[in-house]
Amino acid sequence: MTAAPARATIGAVVLIVTLAAAVVWLQVYRDARFHLAEPAQQVLYVRSPAMMQRLGLSFDAVLADLYWIRAIQYYGGTRLSDTAEKHYELLYPLLELATSLDPQFNVAYRFGAFFLSEPAPGGANHPELAIQLLERGIAANPTRWEYPYDAGFVFYRQADYRQAAEWFRRAADVAGAPPWLRPLAAVTLATGGDTQSSRRLWQNMLATADEDWLRRSAEHRLQQLDAIDTIQQLEAVTAEYRRRHGGPPPSWEALIRDGGLRHVPIDISGRPFVLDPDDGSVTISSDSSLWPLPTERAP
Amino acid sequence: MRAVLLVARHVFKDSVRDKVLYAIVAFALVLMATSFLIGQLTAGQDVKIIKDLGLAAMSLFGLFIALFIGIGLVAREIDRRSIYAVLAKPIRRHEFIVGKYLGLVATLAINLIVMTAAYYVVLAYMRWTLSPAALAGQPPATDPRLLIGVAMIGAELALVTAVALFWSTFSSSALLSAALTAGLWIAGQFGSDLRNLGQVVKSPVAAGVGRALYYLLPNFAAFDVKAQVVHGLPIGAAYIATTLLYGIAYAAMLIAAAVMIFSRRDFK
Repeated sequence: MTAAPARATIGAVVLIVTLAAAVVWLQVYRDARFHLAEPAQQVLYVRSPAMMQRLGLSFDAVLADLYWIRAIQYYGGTRLSDTAEKHYELLYPLLELATSLDPQFNVAYRFGAFFLSEPAPGGANHPELAIQLLERGIAANPTRWEYPYDAGFVFYRQADYRQAAEWFRRAADVAGAPPWLRPLAAVTLATGGDTQSSRRLWQNMLATADEDWLRRSAEHRLQQLDAIDTIQQLEAVTAEYRRRHGGPPPSWEALIRDGGLRHVPIDISGRPFVLDPDDGSVTISSDSSLWPLPTERAP
Repeated sequence: MRAVLLVARHVFKDSVRDKVLYAIVAFALVLMATSFLIGQLTAGQDVKIIKDLGLAAMSLFGLFIALFIGIGLVAREIDRRSIYAVLAKPIRRHEFIVGKYLGLVATLAINLIVMTAAYYVVLAYMRWTLSPAALAGQPPATDPRLLIGVAMIGAELALVTAVALFWSTFSSSALLSAALTAGLWIAGQFGSDLRNLGQVVKSPVAAGVGRALYYLLPNFAAFDVKAQVVHGLPIGAAYIATTLLYGIAYAAMLIAAAVMIFSRRDFK
C-alpha cells in the first residue's frame, strides 16, 4: 500500500471510531437529560387466539413459547413491583394465547391454574379464569389427569369442598391416574378444609409435580401448614398460662419465665412468632416469608 | 441422467459458494447456540423452547435459502445470458430444469444436516447440564423423533423450491418470483380455513371456490409437525408417508410444468 492510500485508510478508521464514540456519548447524554416516561401499563396488541394462530403461520409453537416467556416475566415483574395493589390483568390473556398456539403446553395450564387462583398479592385472585384455562386444557388433552386434579385444587382453596371432591373424582376416572386420587375425593368431601386434608393434598402435589416452581410452591405451603400447627401448640401454652394466671401472657419472656417455653419461638424463616398480649393469640410476623398464612382450620 | 446429475452438481457447487447461504446458515447456528440463553427466562421450559426455536430456525432459514436461490436458478442464467452457452451444449431442456432442481434440493439437504447436527449438539449440552429433576416429565432432550420434524421440514422446503423454480422459468422479475413464491407459501398455511370456508360464508359459490383452492394450492401446513415432535406425540407412519407422497407428486407436477414452459421459451 502506498503512503497516500494508507493515510486515507487511517483517516477513515479514526473518523469512524470518533463518530462511534460520539454516538454512544450522545445516547448516554440524552438518556440522562431526557427521561422517557415508561408506559404505565403493558399492552397486549393482539388478544385474539384465532388471529394469532393465523398470524403465526407455521411458527405457532415458537410464538407460544414467546407468550409463555412474556407471561412469566409479567407475573414476576408484577409480583416484585413496589406497587401496593398488584393486578395481573394480562396473565390470563397471555396464557390463553400460549395455550391456543400450543394446546399441549402443559406447564402453561398448571402455572395458570395455580397463580390465577392464588389470592392477592401472590396471584390474580381469579379462580374462575383458572377453571376456564383448565377446561381448555382438558378439552385439548383429555388423557391428562393433572388438569381436573388442579381444578379440584382451585375449588379446595376456595373452600368449595363439594366441587373439589367432584373434580378429584373426575381426575381419578382418567386412565393412568394415581390410585390415591379416589380416596382423596372421599376425604375432601368428608373433612375438607382442615390442615390434615390440606397437608395430604400438598404432599401429593410435591410428590407428583414435574415442574420446579410447583414443587417449591408445595414445599412453601407445607411449611405454612407446619406454622399453623406450631401456632396451635403455642396457643395451647398461652391458654394454660391464662388458666393459671387469670390473664394472657404479656410477652414471650413471661412464658419463658413461667416455664411454658424454653426460648422465643421462631418460624422456619427465622422470624419470631407474634404474641397478642390482649388475648394470647399467636400469629406469624408480617415480615416472615410464610406470611400470609392460609385459612385452614384445625382438624 | 448423466446430464441431469452434471447440472445438479454445478448448481450445488454454485450454491455453496454463495455467501448469502453461509450468512443464513451461520445465523441459524448462532440462533440455536444462543437459544439456551433464552431458556434461562422460561421457568423450567428450557429444553422445549430450544427444541421449538431450533426447528423454527431450520424452517425459516431453509425457506429463505429455497426462496432466494430458487428464484434465481433459471432467471439468473437468462439475465447473464449464460443460458445460450448452456443450451448450446448437449443438454436437453428438461435435463437442465431437473438438474437445477436436484442441485438446490441437495444444497438444502446439506444445510439441514448441518443445522440438525448443531441442533442436537445444543440439546445434548442441555441434557448434560440440566438436573434430572429439570428434565423430568418431558420427552428426552435428544429425542430421535425430532428427526421426523426435520424430515418434514426438508420435504416442505423441496416443495417450496419447486414452486420457486416454476416461477423462475417464465417470470423475468426476481422480485415478482419471490413475492409469488412467498405468497403461495403463506396461502398454503391456511388450508383448513379454505377447506372450512363454507362454515363461515353463506354463498355456496364462495364455499366451493374455497374448497377448490384448498385442493389446488400446495398445502404446506400438512408438513408442519413441529409441535407434535417437540411434545413427543405419536405421528402415524401412514400420515408421514401420505404427506411425503403428496409433496413428491406436487413438486413433480410443478417441475413438469416448468419443463413445459422452459421448453417452449424462445431465448433469441
